[in-house]
Amino acid sequence: MTALEIGVKPALPLHLRVRQPDCLIALILLTWIPLTFYVMFGFYLSDTVRNFVLLPAIPATVALYIVAVVSWRESPVAVIGATLVFFWIFVAVAAPYLPLIDPNKPIAPFAEVGALKKDHWFLLGADFKGRDMLSRDLWGCQRVLVWGITATLVAYAIGAFFGLIAGYLGGWWDQAISLVCNIILSFPVMVLFILILNYLGPSGFNIVIAVTFASAPAIMRIVRGLTLDTKTRDYIFAAQTRGEHPLRIMIFELLPNARGPIIVDACLRLGYTTVAITTLTFLGLGLQPPDPDWGLMIKESAKVAMVWRFSYMLLVPALSVSSLILGFNLLADGLREMSMRD
Amino acid sequence: MSEQAPVLECRNLCVSYFTRAGEVPAVVDFNLKLMPGEAHGIVGESGCGKSTVALAVMNYMGKNGAIVGGEILFQGRDMRTMSQEELRQIRGSKIAMVYQEPMASLNPSMRIAEQLAEVPQYHEGATQQEALSRAESMLAQVRLPDPKRIMHSFPHQISGGQQQRVVIAMALLSNPSLLLLDEPTTALDVTVEAGIVELIKEIAAKFGTSLIYISHNLGLILETCSRITVMYSGEAVETGSIGDVFETMRHPYTRGLFNSIPVPGADKNARPLVAIRGQLPLPYARPQGCYFGPRCDYFVDGRCNQPSLPMLPVAPGSTHAVRCVRFNEIDWTTARKANGRPPVQRGEVVLDVEDLSKHYVIESGPVALISAKKTVKANEKITFRAHEAETVAIVGESGCGKSTFAKVLIGLEPASAGKVQLGKLQLADVPVQRRDKATISRLQMVFQNPFDTLNPSHTVGGQIGRVIRKFGVESDPKKVEERIDQLLDIVKLPRDFAKRLPRQLSGGQKQRVGIARAFAGNPEMVIADEPVSALDVSVQAAVTGLLMDIQREHRTTLLFISHDLSVVRYLADRIIVMYLGRIMEQGSTEEIFSPPYHPYTEALLSAVPIADASVRKRKIVVTGEIPSPSNPPPGCPFQTRCHYMMPGVCDAILPPLRQFGGDHVIACHLEQEALQKMEPVITVETRSEPADHTASGIAS
Amino acid sequence: MLKLLGTRLLQMILIMGIISLILFAIFDSEKFKKQIAVNELGGFAVSALSDQDYQVWLEKKGLNVPFYQRYLNWAGGVARGDFGKSFEKNEPVGSLLAARLLHTGLLAFWVFALMIPLSLTFGIIAGMKEGSAQDRLTSFVAVVTTSLPEIATAIILTVVFALGLHWLPPNAAMVNGWEWQALVLPVLTLVLYDFGYVARMTRASMAEVMHSQYIRTAVLKGLPYRRVILRHALRNALIAPFTIIVLQLNWLLSGVVVVEVFFQYAGFGKLLLDAALYGDIYVIQAATLVAVFVAVLSQIISDVGYTFLNPRIRFA
Repeated sequence: MTALEIGVKPALPLHLRVRQPDCLIALILLTWIPLTFYVMFGFYLSDTVRNFVLLPAIPATVALYIVAVVSWRESPVAVIGATLVFFWIFVAVAAPYLPLIDPNKPIAPFAEVGALKKDHWFLLGADFKGRDMLSRDLWGCQRVLVWGITATLVAYAIGAFFGLIAGYLGGWWDQAISLVCNIILSFPVMVLFILILNYLGPSGFNIVIAVTFASAPAIMRIVRGLTLDTKTRDYIFAAQTRGEHPLRIMIFELLPNARGPIIVDACLRLGYTTVAITTLTFLGLGLQPPDPDWGLMIKESAKVAMVWRFSYMLLVPALSVSSLILGFNLLADGLREMSMRD
Repeated sequence: MSEQAPVLECRNLCVSYFTRAGEVPAVVDFNLKLMPGEAHGIVGESGCGKSTVALAVMNYMGKNGAIVGGEILFQGRDMRTMSQEELRQIRGSKIAMVYQEPMASLNPSMRIAEQLAEVPQYHEGATQQEALSRAESMLAQVRLPDPKRIMHSFPHQISGGQQQRVVIAMALLSNPSLLLLDEPTTALDVTVEAGIVELIKEIAAKFGTSLIYISHNLGLILETCSRITVMYSGEAVETGSIGDVFETMRHPYTRGLFNSIPVPGADKNARPLVAIRGQLPLPYARPQGCYFGPRCDYFVDGRCNQPSLPMLPVAPGSTHAVRCVRFNEIDWTTARKANGRPPVQRGEVVLDVEDLSKHYVIESGPVALISAKKTVKANEKITFRAHEAETVAIVGESGCGKSTFAKVLIGLEPASAGKVQLGKLQLADVPVQRRDKATISRLQMVFQNPFDTLNPSHTVGGQIGRVIRKFGVESDPKKVEERIDQLLDIVKLPRDFAKRLPRQLSGGQKQRVGIARAFAGNPEMVIADEPVSALDVSVQAAVTGLLMDIQREHRTTLLFISHDLSVVRYLADRIIVMYLGRIMEQGSTEEIFSPPYHPYTEALLSAVPIADASVRKRKIVVTGEIPSPSNPPPGCPFQTRCHYMMPGVCDAILPPLRQFGGDHVIACHLEQEALQKMEPVITVETRSEPADHTASGIAS
Repeated sequence: MLKLLGTRLLQMILIMGIISLILFAIFDSEKFKKQIAVNELGGFAVSALSDQDYQVWLEKKGLNVPFYQRYLNWAGGVARGDFGKSFEKNEPVGSLLAARLLHTGLLAFWVFALMIPLSLTFGIIAGMKEGSAQDRLTSFVAVVTTSLPEIATAIILTVVFALGLHWLPPNAAMVNGWEWQALVLPVLTLVLYDFGYVARMTRASMAEVMHSQYIRTAVLKGLPYRRVILRHALRNALIAPFTIIVLQLNWLLSGVVVVEVFFQYAGFGKLLLDAALYGDIYVIQAATLVAVFVAVLSQIISDVGYTFLNPRIRFA
């Protein structure tokens, strides 16, 4: 495990060393950067680079999963949630190295579950173009994970920033920010998505923008509420009375103490974003063919699979996306439960 | 008495809570016998299990609590064998309870009439008409003004004191034979508290109800009860009549408790308080044998740490019993005493406040555009001076503006008018953001809530270090660390605490860190806003002692803000009494505690419970509640509750400032002579050995 | 209370004005005009169109007028109840929208009629005894159903009840006239998703109330358990779910898009999506305003209702 040697203090035993914040951040980056790069900019990379870029992410994912299970062992709910989420992250980073055939290669249209056609065994059948469902399903998690997490992160960065400003500075800042948020929140989410993506055109990056628009106001409200609550604590007064800069107070004194509720909400929101991406893709406003994606698989099969025999074409992606969202939700539940115990 | 059957008897009662960490015993081997009409006090610090006893008597311990041993006999029947229905019939009719927080104990969405009428309706099958009329007459009996209006109110529409009276009325409606009072006045102001305590005494006499009075305040128990049980860490350590326990306590913990309470005999220079060392053991980490052992001066290995020590009667046949194997061997006449020290000479004027006012404008009304603006005068014409090495205390009840004043001084709020001079610097309208580093470091603050004072996300060392670097005391990382260690030494905390997070510290330890942080920049003046009010008494004594030691050494000016007159009397050199934003009286501690008094000071002194059986207090009746600061009465702010009130004068004109030599100033319409003729409120009975009040009890 | 209502309504009109203006400005771009042309005339025809002919086409459609002028015309029309004409379907937007809203309204009615009693009952029962078997079961069901996105629920229900068991029709296009069976799956899809959310919120609210000190007071007053629950707990526990349920209207407007598209139900959501894909400005405009109107109205109802239910605010 090469990942474990980064940012490690020698004195601690291995299992504690991995749980130091700097080491965790290193692991997360090691998982995240290759995967994001692979999905967002994969077509710029030469084949050799493409073949190796995800390799370091695999041990990092496994290490993160172990750390997650160990630190959350008190809450079975959180562990189940983490298992579901990490299963899909693992599949996402390991997809190129798994014994799967090309997900975009048409072989035997409408090959049913378990059928052996043209020397290929279709464990989960083939879709109407004859592409292997198993391969498409597993590869399909990459895009939804990468775009979903990126979109949530961007939305959180912007929402939290404005929330801190509105909550801490108050006054006109608060009034102006809250007004804009209220206007955006007046839209039903899907209406907002449709309007924005229709305007910008369907693509992953535009989904990030649309999700930011739709989620940032809600995040801003949550962070603003947490800030208003924390702002009256004595340690904030203490920071003010020693003349700290407002920006420092917001980032170093307020934000770390709001992290509990924020992490729980972020897990829930990851679920919402996954729903949104899948739904938008299904509606034709999101990710575009030919690369596999769960929403796309549903969209493509919705017309042709309305028969019992071929319903697997719909069920497989539907259940996959549900398991990922269930994972996020259980994780949020478990984390909330644990934070309430302390 | 012997012919009567006890109302309530607890025999070897053990209560445990079952948590993730396993079984946590909350009450261990508790015994109590309560006779009809008797008032029994249970006293102890937080976490000692005193509230659990009350809930166990009610058989209401939540889903993770259970009685694991012993029995509770109510009128001779074991409550543990009763069915849910039998329990229901007893609860609220034969046993009633009054709770700590009246606001939270009343249903916010039901009118008071309905909440009261329920009791007779469900216990005696009274008709609604009958129940309502009984409720209304009961409200009158608990001395609530205008019962009709209160009947139709929702709980949030009446004040805290009134809410508690409603809860008491609710408890009395079915004429119970046992009334449990769980810290009934802790959430209330001291003058309001005095009224409730009066009422409780009256009720006990009138209805012949037996009382269990649970409190952390020994003074309140002394005023209300005839017997007392002292609890420590889930165990009763001493029980007996009020006289026995207050005069001839025989348990080292009880003794320690009394030694750490500031009573009129204590003085910060001549007779400093003695704190109990160490801290309360966690419920799942109690020592073997005597739970107080590790903190006890008389601990003997091999005897005090034998398992399951029994309660022993002090004398054969006596009802005075202690859980101490050595009570007969300890020489109770020589108490552990701290050495007296010479008083500190005060220096130059450090802080000069002149006519300082702070007004808030609040917008009432839902729309910003059409709203009526209202001014709240939080501080009005505050004038006083503080000298080097002096302790100035600001005393007052909630809403008196004392905390606002601290915020104005420290620069978190700008003053509306007036001058504040720190040394040669003008501070009144300079917000903290515009003060330079030197000014900021000269004036620091210790905050009220120990659980809030430290940022939970940063280590103790990091937080102290930040102050050191920020104020430019040191910048070299090595030197900063040395300075942190040095400060931790000063506040008597182990050095490795620097690496800890605040949640690993107890309340008292957090407050020590707060003090270290305030003194990190070598300030000239420190404002302490109720620094000990959230701590247990034994910890209070240690923290105040520490604060004063550091102050003495650094010759710091200390501005001590408090609602607790006893603490203030003990540590302040000068006292400022505030009411509704104005100074009512100021002077040296001596002058404030002896006549002439401002009528408010007089009432305040009479209201404060004192845990000393030899103290006599003159009763002064204060009626009503503290008016809202947003809607103060015209004229003198105290006129609505003052029994010297002169109609046409007090309710029309602001009272003049009357000077009584030195810095003693009283703002009152009463003539100089009338004020001077007042008698002392607190008198200490002459005793054979006035120097030590605990020893004196034994001698008498 | 009236003042509150007045300002909120005023705010709503203001917000709707701002939003419609922004929409007009957005859809004024050349790209969208082209999109309409492509959708109407076909991609090939448009690319063959000369510049002049394109201008003629724009004029015919009234799209060459500057957007603020079109906006003013449109706003004047709205004031008279005229929402303009659909480019795609060439009929007045008002009547088109009314018919679709009726369908969606029917859907929404059944969703609420089933979801409210279901989620409140289970939420209350679960919250009454925290940690009990019924609580665990409800919580588990709730977290699973909320984790299934509408599209997944729709697929599972369709596969089981329509494709497998043949009990119900797989879509709700209703080409052969109205049939109630077709409505069952869309309603069920929405109910299942929303049930979990509202039930969890109700449970949390009830659990919090059951832990409160005034419930302890009520129990220790010796009141029967029924009275404690019905009179003391319910009233306070239902305040939060009430506001949440009203706010579900906003969510429903999002949910119906997916469900209506999947089941091909001719309702408001499908109309909005079709119009957006076509670039049918007046339809988008009207549909968005309706959506915002419903959303803001639900917020107002929830605020007012909260104030009304909560004496602490009502008699502040």
